[in-house]
Formats: sequence, structure tokens, C-alpha cells
Amino acid sequence: MALTTAPDPTRPDPGSVRVHAERRGPGRFRDSEGLAGYVFLSPWLIGLMGITAIPMLLSLYLSFTNYDILTPFSEVEWVGLANYERMFTADPSYWHSVRVTLTFALIAVPLKLAAALGVALLLNRAWRGVGLFRGLFYLPSLLGGSVALAIVWVNMFNRDGAFNSLLSLVGIQGKPWVNDPDWALETLMVLAIWQFGAPMVIFLAGLKQVPTELYEAASVDGAGRFRQFRNVTLPMLSPVIFFNLVLETINGFQGFTAAFVLSNGLGGPVDSTLMYTLNLYITGFTDLEMGYASAMAWVFLLAIAVITAIFFSTGRFWVHYSDGEDR
Amino acid sequence: MVTVTPTADAPTTPAPTTPRRPGGRPVLRLLILVAIVAVVLYPLIWMIGTSVKSQEEIVNNVGLLPERFTPGNYTAGWSNFDVSFGRFFLNSAMVSLLTVVGNGLSCLLAAYAFARLRFRLRGMWFAVMIGTLLLPQHVLIVPQYILFRTLSLVGGEWPYLPLLIPQFLATEAFFVFLMVQFMRGVPRELDEAARIDGAGPYGIFRHIILPLSRPALVTTAIFSFIWTWNDFFRQLVFLSQLEDYTVPVALTLFIDSTSQSAVGPMFAMSVLSLLPVFLFFVAFQRMLVEGINTSGIKG
Repeated sequence: MALTTAPDPTRPDPGSVRVHAERRGPGRFRDSEGLAGYVFLSPWLIGLMGITAIPMLLSLYLSFTNYDILTPFSEVEWVGLANYERMFTADPSYWHSVRVTLTFALIAVPLKLAAALGVALLLNRAWRGVGLFRGLFYLPSLLGGSVALAIVWVNMFNRDGAFNSLLSLVGIQGKPWVNDPDWALETLMVLAIWQFGAPMVIFLAGLKQVPTELYEAASVDGAGRFRQFRNVTLPMLSPVIFFNLVLETINGFQGFTAAFVLSNGLGGPVDSTLMYTLNLYITGFTDLEMGYASAMAWVFLLAIAVITAIFFSTGRFWVHYSDGEDR
Repeated sequence: MVTVTPTADAPTTPAPTTPRRPGGRPVLRLLILVAIVAVVLYPLIWMIGTSVKSQEEIVNNVGLLPERFTPGNYTAGWSNFDVSFGRFFLNSAMVSLLTVVGNGLSCLLAAYAFARLRFRLRGMWFAVMIGTLLLPQHVLIVPQYILFRTLSLVGGEWPYLPLLIPQFLATEAFFVFLMVQFMRGVPRELDEAARIDGAGPYGIFRHIILPLSRPALVTTAIFSFIWTWNDFFRQLVFLSQLEDYTVPVALTLFIDSTSQSAVGPMFAMSVLSLLPVFLFFVAFQRMLVEGINTSGIKG
């Protein structure tokens, strides 16, 4: 194509964008945009319908049946609320797994967030080397729920594990923590707390947003470091605390890999690590009671929705948005 | 969230270049941080140390480092089962890389529609997409298993389809959301300019959004790889043949064989399995950390 010295107004610049055969007016553009919207959205829409929505509705239906995956759909028997009744009244292991999960989340999540916030406060200064610490603290979160890490963790709290050898240095006689029903879940909590890096990084980002002037004003008013933390840092950080709290609680309810590895997929010792999701897995994929497992999944989903709703409705009493911006 | 001057790192000093502040006690802080680093790194160093200990040393010496360096656990672990661990690594690599491609493509398309195009019911679909962010995979796994099993895809000709199909259909709502947020930051004037030049939605996507979305694509690719590499639940549910196993599922075989002699090889293979993630960490440390604090991605 010949070079033109002045841009021809009737022809679009061929260098910048591929050009359609004809120019479109605004009205026609919008029509094509509406169609294009659905073209671009189509993979997601197919996924939503095929992989998420329809299977979910199917599982809602199956939760009222005795479906066991081996019998064909045509012979599936409608059992009404029997699965839900069994869950709530006749299945002690179900309630046990609910208790295990709640215990885990109620203890591990606050401690993990406290660790994350504490370390974030320590790192919230500009000095050389801060990036290195940040990265090292984040590493366990990145290795996250991997099987390898769970294997190491379980062995570390074994009878001959590294933890007991550390205890013996200070003269304490250790025990096989992971085989003790009173301590197995606690070792999983310690694993969760150890992975405080991800919420820590989010706290750090939040701390950077607190305006310096607020601290200056507080110290002019004679507030000490503790009062500054209580009256400036905590309120300013409350949206980030809220965000981390919601995310970590939902994550906490879903703990699976470490419990699976510790108990070889059985929830032991004596069901002490029978997390809800592990119980769901055993019901559906070991015992093949897919109808019952579907019911468990739906109750899990509703529980998470309710807990999230409670967080959001109580959040307005303690979460402060300084500029009224909706998050 | 409020925005302040980027130099507001030190709350009471206007100049952040002077780290010493009244009450700051930098030495004490450094000591505490070093102690925490020791606690955080101890299990990882112990894992690597144990992986090169001989069997008797594993039982008798629980210290961090081996007295005698024994690399034999690595060769023993590599061929501990009927199928070589190399096969498991290849399976994991294939699943992870295809997931990266699938997530990148499908989430980018969906995000462009949500971020830039006007179409009927967009607001409703967007709300639905945000809603699926909260859907735990443990809830979806039962219906998805039933679906894929009904389609004879579980343990079928190519057993990875149940793992991969969802990834090519933008079901990882988090990445869609991430890219939408990113694209909203791309100046609209670029679209307008291209539009004046006669480009339609496809041209704008191809020539403006796609090239400018590279940072979001890279972030998605890195996290998608690491998450899939580490994922255990879905792979456990959908893979049933030994030769199809991915690394995490294969690692649990060591736990099944409860004999003490497998501890060394188990640790060796655990170390190897963390290696790709660790290399990503070393290469993208800054980006990973920035990535979570701008988007809330978790490890």
C-alpha cells in the first residue's frame, strides 16, 4: 500500500486497527455489540448452564432420592425428605463433622488472622529487606493445600517427628500428636495458622492506605501507640479485616486435603478430623450414597450462604468505609 | 478505599527514608521477624533435610540436616510404584498447562463481554457470575461427577476431560472477575478511537483489549498453574487408574503403603512435587505478592 502523507478521512488508519468493510453508525454498532456480547459470553454461559446450574438442580432433585450412582436414573426412588431427616436426626457422624468443622473454623481462623495482622504491623515500615520477609511469610500460603505439605506436616507431628524433638530440647516429653484424637485436629489448626501469609499481604496493602495525618492528629491529641492502634488503625483497617474474615472463614469450612492426608481419607483418629467436606467425600465417593451426599452438599451451600449473610449484616456495625465507597 | 500519597509508609515521619523513629526499636522488630521466619521455614527445611537422610537416620536423627547426604530416596521414590513418578509429573504438567490455556482464553472472553460490551441482561449475568464466586467446589463436585459419569467421561478414553472441560468454559469465576477489574482500568478512549476507525467489538477485542490485558493474563496463568498443580480434591475424585494419576494423587499412595521404609522416598517425591511451585515463587515473588494485594487472590 502506498504511503499517504496526510490521513485520508474517509479511510481508517490501516496501521492501528483491523477495519470492517463498512462504517457503522452508532445505532447499528449497538446492535452488533449486543450480539457480540453474547458471542463473547457464550463459553461462560455454556459453563454456567452445563457445568454449574443444571447439575446443581439435578443434585437438588437427587437429594430427595436414594440415588447411589450404580442404579440407572429410571430406577431412582423418590424418598422425600428422608435424607435431610437422616442428616439432622439419625446420623451422629454428620453432626460430629459439623462440630469438627465449626471448631476448626472458630479457632483457626481468628488465630490465623491475628497472626497475619501482627506480622503485617511488624512489616509495615519502609526498610531494606522488608520484601524478602514478605515473600518468605507468603511462601507457606502458596504451597497451600498441597498434599506434599500435608504429608510433611503430619510427619512433623508424629511420634518421631521434628516437633517432638524440639520439645525434648526443652525437656518436654512429646506424644504422637496426629494419632491422638484430642490433638489431631489441633495439628491441622496449626497448619492453617502457619499459612498466614495470604491474609498478611492483604493487611499490608490495607495498612498502606491509612492516612499519615490521622496518626499525626492522634499523637497531637496525646494518644499513645496502643490508642493509635485501637482508634486509628483498627477502624481504618476494618474493611480489610472484614474481607479477610469472610474469605478465611469460607476457606476454613472447606479444609479437606490435610484432613484427608492425616487420616488416610477416613477422618480418624476416632473421627477427630472428620471435616464436613471429608465426610461429604466419604459419603458420596466411598459409600456411593450420592443422594445423601447431594443433600449434604446443599446444606453446606446454604450454611455458607447464611454465614456470609450474617457477616454482611453485622458488618455494618463495625466496618467503617471512610469515603462511603461501596465495596 | 482511601488513597493517600505513596510515601505514607511510616505513619508519623513524613520522610520514609529514615527508618529510626521514636519507639520504633528496629533491632527488636528485626529479632522478632527473624524468629518468625525460622518458625515458618523450619518445616520446609526439615522436609528437604529428611528427603536426603538414610532410613535409619530418619528414625534416629530428627535434626534439620542429615549427617550423611543420601540421595537414594529420590531414585527409590521415582520408581516406587508400578508407574514411574515421571509419568505422574507429565500428567500433572499436562493438566496444569491445559488449565492455564483454558482459563486464560475463556475467562478473557467472558471478562471482555462483562467489562466492555453492552447487551441485554448484562447486569443480571454479572451478578450471577459474582454469585458463583461463593460456590464451594465441594458442593459442585457431586453433581459434576454425576454429569461426567453419565456422559461416560469419568475414566473414559481420555480421563482428564472432567478436569479440563470446566476450565475451558470460564467456570473459574475468580479469574473472570480479576480480568473484568483489570479491563475496567483500560482507558475507554482507546475503544472510542478504534471505533471511530471503524473497528467493531471483535476488532477492539483483538487489537486493544487482548494486547493490553497481558498483565492480567499472566497473573491468571501463574495462579491457575499453581492452583491446579496443588489441587487434590478434583483429581482424587476424577482419576481412577494408576497411570492417569497426577502428582498429588500419586503422593497419597505413599500413605497407603504404611511401611516405614517409604518415608524417605515419600519426602523425596514431596520435595520434587513442590519444586515447580517453588520455582514460580522465586521467579514471580514480587508479582504473586502484588497480585494478592490488588485482587485478593489467596495462595
